[in-house]
Amino acid sequence: MARSDVQLMLDVKAGDEQSFALLLQRYRSPLINFLYRMVRNREQAEDLAQEVFLRVYRARADYVPSAKFTTWMFRIATNLALNAVRDTKYQRMEISIDAPAAGDTEEGDERPLDVADKRPDIEQRLVADVRSKMIRHAIEKLPEKQRAAVLLHKYQELDYAEIAKILECSESALKSLLFRAYEALRVELAPLVAQQSKI
Amino acid sequence: MSCSRMEKWILPYVDGRLKVGEQRDVEQHLADCAACRLRVNEFRAVSGLIDELPQIEPSEAFDLRVRARVAAEPVKKSWWAWYAPSPRVAFAASALLLAIVWFGSRPAVNGPSLNPTATAVINPEDLPVLENYDVISNFEPLADLPPVQADDAEQPES
Repeated sequence: MARSDVQLMLDVKAGDEQSFALLLQRYRSPLINFLYRMVRNREQAEDLAQEVFLRVYRARADYVPSAKFTTWMFRIATNLALNAVRDTKYQRMEISIDAPAAGDTEEGDERPLDVADKRPDIEQRLVADVRSKMIRHAIEKLPEKQRAAVLLHKYQELDYAEIAKILECSESALKSLLFRAYEALRVELAPLVAQQSKI
Repeated sequence: MSCSRMEKWILPYVDGRLKVGEQRDVEQHLADCAACRLRVNEFRAVSGLIDELPQIEPSEAFDLRVRARVAAEPVKKSWWAWYAPSPRVAFAASALLLAIVWFGSRPAVNGPSLNPTATAVINPEDLPVLENYDVISNFEPLADLPPVQADDAEQPES
């Protein structure tokens, strides 16, 4: 039976390095994806994720399981991400929405497009790329706190109470924050929303 | 329920995170309000669109980098550890303390005394030469020797 996050962290506190490796394995992907959506840069997202794990490790001696481990960890991640987004140094380094980050081929932009007999596939892919970019762009346009709330809500599937603790607000304020974020996304993605609603 | 109150209930309703009673209230409102029904559908669409974004995979070197940084972390000592001496220092300090205590508790009879009255309290029987004084004074072969002249003994030979 898999050990809980809290148990793993308590084992790390007791000096078990292997338990830290398990936490790393369990949360590296969710953390990197969350941070990537926040800072819009893969390399920076990985740097920040490293920092999160390092802070978790440094705090092991004082760790008390008073809250869920994920709440604590994503709180560290959110604070780091919000600081990074607000940092003017990183603002200047922002990569254009239309140009994927170095080494970022998730959108398939770097694939060759010169195969004539696969035109329908290419067109479908281009349509999918445009759609994907619109969604990314709409999320990136959200104010930082709204963006963090949407990402924690959608991708990490944390409950409202947990997200409220991470963002240091009341549950009621979080629901308002999420409502405003979804309203903004609804307006920004109106053409896609209209299509989607018909399905 | 009013449309303004629906603000906080629409998303939990779309997520299916409402309690039974709350869900019933929302559905009652939706049955009478076309605008909120439309909004629920649109929020569902937005939620579906967000799900479309692909996830990225961590780079292969990510774990190695984290482990390297963790390995480079200094071993954390408690605040009190600052006071804790190393074993060598602790041993040396203990040995020095014992030596001081031992020297301090030794009786002073073995050392030379600066007190002039100290000689008066010495018991003659403590001196081994005096213990044998009677034997020496009654030793017959010594009686045959000529008596020692005090002047001879004091004047060096010329």
